[in-house]
Amino acid sequence: MSEIFDVQRWKPAPFLPEKETRDGALIFVIAVLCFLACLTAMGVIAADRAAAGWTGQLTGEATVIVRPRGGETPDAAAARAAEALAGTAGVTEARALEPAKAYDLIRPWLGDVSDLEDLPVPRLVAVTLDGRHPATAAQLGAALTSQNIDATVDDHSIWIKDIRRAGGLVRGLGAGIFLLIAAAAGAVIAFATRAGLAARRDVVEVLHLAGAEDGFIARLFQVRFARVAGYAGLLGAIAAMAVGAGLRIAGGGEGLTPALPLAWSDLLAVVPCPLLAALVAATAAQLTAIGLIRTML
Amino acid sequence: MSRNPVAAAAGKFPEDVVRFDDVSMRYGRGPDVLTNLNFGLAPGSFHFVTGPSGAGKSSLLKLIYLAAQPSKGLVHLFGQDVAHAPASAKPQLRRRIGVVFQDLVLLDHLSTFDNAALPLRIAGRKPADYRNDVAELLTWVGLGQRMHAMPATLAGGERQRLAIARAVVNRPDILLADEPTGNVDHDMAVRIFRLFVELNRLGTTVLIATHDQDLIARSGRPVLLLENGRISPKPAQGPLA
Repeated sequence: MSEIFDVQRWKPAPFLPEKETRDGALIFVIAVLCFLACLTAMGVIAADRAAAGWTGQLTGEATVIVRPRGGETPDAAAARAAEALAGTAGVTEARALEPAKAYDLIRPWLGDVSDLEDLPVPRLVAVTLDGRHPATAAQLGAALTSQNIDATVDDHSIWIKDIRRAGGLVRGLGAGIFLLIAAAAGAVIAFATRAGLAARRDVVEVLHLAGAEDGFIARLFQVRFARVAGYAGLLGAIAAMAVGAGLRIAGGGEGLTPALPLAWSDLLAVVPCPLLAALVAATAAQLTAIGLIRTML
Repeated sequence: MSRNPVAAAAGKFPEDVVRFDDVSMRYGRGPDVLTNLNFGLAPGSFHFVTGPSGAGKSSLLKLIYLAAQPSKGLVHLFGQDVAHAPASAKPQLRRRIGVVFQDLVLLDHLSTFDNAALPLRIAGRKPADYRNDVAELLTWVGLGQRMHAMPATLAGGERQRLAIARAVVNRPDILLADEPTGNVDHDMAVRIFRLFVELNRLGTTVLIATHDQDLIARSGRPVLLLENGRISPKPAQGPLA
């Protein structure tokens, strides 16, 4: 009996070598992919929040353009419209805007005209809608028509549709990029599994001939690459979180920019990354290894 | 030799642990390396298989340890037709066969002890149940002081004995050895042969492929002679070991 080797304290060594020289490159590639996936996820979450914010603002408001009729002054027409709208179900507040607001809006189109006040500029009424049961554009229009007011109701539906479409596009693009990155990670793992099996053909053969089932051998590679990918995913997630935190700090109270409001909670999007990376790797390694083992032996 | 292997092939001994019925084998589209083999190995028997280089000795062993498939005929292991056995049954069949490969095929990243214990781990045994047995076996084959050593640091004879220990640690029903004394000196060859004899006494069926005519002659064991891909049994010659 060996003087050094203590049989009672012996623990089985892993069937596969714990470290391979090619692991460094593999970890780097998967970590980069995970980093990009995490940045994508954070970007999509921030964009989604921005779209939801804009949509929420627009759906809660409507703008009414009032044109005076007969001898009625624009201000009187606007006041009457505001009064009519304020009494409509689904409207929280209706407020005729100061004439200066309307002038400000059209000044960029006409230039600095000294007698702008003499022009028949329509007046604006800002309507705040009930958040739970907002009045529709048709209901607002009906309320104005009943008071014989010539007006156009803009419920921002065109903008809302555009923003929602843009938000959906961003989400779709994000999901697409995420799936592409996952597929790339899977392909990298499949390639690494093939290389690993080829490099460790001796182990595969010995285990196989000693009575190991294909699934048992495949699981060795599955666990191995899941660990490598999980570790790489952790590195990628930490890097992405650091970048996200840096942008959040640099962006001040508004996150990255008002257009992309990154919140601190968005950084948590990276948390599932190591697990997802391990799952993708495990699946890719399992499928590759089972197929290869059956053709090798 | 307990029985005439050809008689066994005729079906008189259906309990044969190995039986070849009209088995031929070729690699790819090449010529047959084994042609119409008919023989059987009774439980507890001890045979040598010999013949010139390229006669198909290693191929014959591969067919038995399920590393190759016949191009024709049926191979039966433990009464089971392996061609029609489900894939899930083959690992169980392999666990009943210990193999000493010609090139040993030790795993260099595992210690001597881990290499020897490998079949037991694959069989799902718990370390506490077998570690003493493995240590005892390694001591028995003269590797008691080398249990922690990595295979790359072992001498040729030590590697050979480790390969043998790994092949027998699971008390297989069949032991196959391909040129097990090819890389060791005469004294070591005799010692290894005595290990096989001892195993055979414990009930293991032994089939050794070798060129060592001196060993065969001194063993007093029956021989399967392979020539030009065909097999012919020869009775035991010389004294029993």
